[in-house]
Amino acid sequence: MSNLEKYSQAFIDAFEIEDTGTVSKLEYNSIDEWDSIGHMGLIAELEDAFDIAMETDDIIEFSSFEKGKELMAKYGVTV
Amino acid sequence: MSSANSLLSTPPYGLNKRDKAALYRLALSRLTQKHYQNCTEYRDIVDGLGFDPTVKAPAEALPFLPVRLFKDFSLKSVPDKDILKTMTSSGTTGQQVSKIYLDKTTASLQTKVLSKIVANLIGPKRLPMLVIDSRATIKNRSHFSARGAGIIGFSMFGRDVTFALDANMALDINAVENFCAKHKGQDVFIFGFTSIIYQHFITPLQESGKRLSLDKATLLHGGGWKKLEDIAVDNAHYKRLLEDVAAIDKVHNYYGMVEQTGSIFPECEFGHLHASIFSDVIIRDTALKTAPHGTKGLVQLVSLLPESYPGHSLLSEDMGVILGEDDCQCGRAGKYFQIFGRAKQAEVRGCSDTYVAK
Repeated sequence: MSNLEKYSQAFIDAFEIEDTGTVSKLEYNSIDEWDSIGHMGLIAELEDAFDIAMETDDIIEFSSFEKGKELMAKYGVTV
Repeated sequence: MSSANSLLSTPPYGLNKRDKAALYRLALSRLTQKHYQNCTEYRDIVDGLGFDPTVKAPAEALPFLPVRLFKDFSLKSVPDKDILKTMTSSGTTGQQVSKIYLDKTTASLQTKVLSKIVANLIGPKRLPMLVIDSRATIKNRSHFSARGAGIIGFSMFGRDVTFALDANMALDINAVENFCAKHKGQDVFIFGFTSIIYQHFITPLQESGKRLSLDKATLLHGGGWKKLEDIAVDNAHYKRLLEDVAAIDKVHNYYGMVEQTGSIFPECEFGHLHASIFSDVIIRDTALKTAPHGTKGLVQLVSLLPESYPGHSLLSEDMGVILGEDDCQCGRAGKYFQIFGRAKQAEVRGCSDTYVAK
C-alpha cells in the first residue's frame, strides 16, 4: 500500500467513512465523526499506520486532510 | 487577531506584573468592546454600570459578570451559525447548568493555551496516560459535560490512553496494573477529577491493600474540593494518600471553571495555584472592592480566551487569597494564590462535585 493509501485508510477507519471518494475533502468538524474524540482516534490510527509519535502542537494543527499531509512530512512520511 | 494567540510563543509564566498589566489593558479593552458590540445582554449590563467600554481600563476596573448569569441567560457574541459547540457544566437534576458557546477561534485558543500550560508541568512530549475515569463518560458525543470535555481536552497530552475505571465506575485493577507494567520506569501522565480519584481510585486501593508503583507519574487533578471538604480530606492529606496507595509524589491540583476553559491555574511544586500569562486573578472584599494581597475574599477571574461569549471577566462563587506576585519560589512569574472553596450559600457546582456516586 502506498503512503497516500495508508494515510487515507486511517481517515476511513477512524471515521467509518463509506463514500471513500470524499476523504480528501475532509476538515476538522466538517463531519460529525471528526470531532474532538474522533480526532484523537484519527491520530492513533496514523501513529499506528506509520509508527510515529506526533507532538501535541502538530495534533492541534492537524485541521484537515490536506494540512495533515504537510505535518506528516515532519515525521519523515511523504504522503 | 486575539491577544491570546499572539502570546502562544511567550513562556506561559513569562510576564511580570508591569508587562502583564500593560498588555491586559489593551487586550481586555478589545474583548470588552467586542462583547459590548455583539452581545445585547452584556451591553445592557455595561451600560447599567455606567462603564465606558472604549476606556482602556486596568483589569481591576473592568465590569465583571457573576458566573451564574451563564445559567440564566444565553450569552454569546457571535451569530448562531458560527457556534461550533456548547459546553455545559455538569449539573445534577434540579440544578441549572451553565451554557458556554464556543466558536472556532475560542475553541482552538482553549486547546492551544491548555497545551502550553500542561507542557509547563509535564514537558512538551506526550506521555503514556492513565485517566482515572470511565470511557463511558465520553461516549455520548452529542451531550458533552464539563467532565467529558475535560477528559478529551487533556487526552491530547497523552498517548496509549488507558481508562482506570470500568463502565460502572469500579476500579479496573487489571487495566491499571497492565498500564504500570507496560510503562515501568517511564514518565507517565495521570489525569482525573479530584473527588472521583478519591472515591474510585484511592479508596478501593486502600481497601484492597494493593500498592501501585507509579513513582514516575505526574498526576493532575481538578474539579473542586467540596465533597472532600465534607469528609475533611484536604490537599496535603490527599497528596499523602496518593503517595501511600500508588507511590505518586508529583501531584498537581488545578483550579479553573468551564466558563473559562483552557486558561487553568495549576498548582506548582510548592503547592501554590498560579495564573499564567493567559489569565489573572483578582480578590474582592464583601463590598466587592479590590482586596490587597493576603486578604481573603471572593475570586474574580480574568481570561484572554473568551472571544465568542462575554466571559473574559467573571466573579466566581469561590473564596480565595492572593499569596504573592512574581516571587514564588518555583520561579513562575504572575500571581499565585490559594482557594478556600465556595462562599457560603453559593450553589454546589464543579464538574466532579456534581457527580453523584450510585
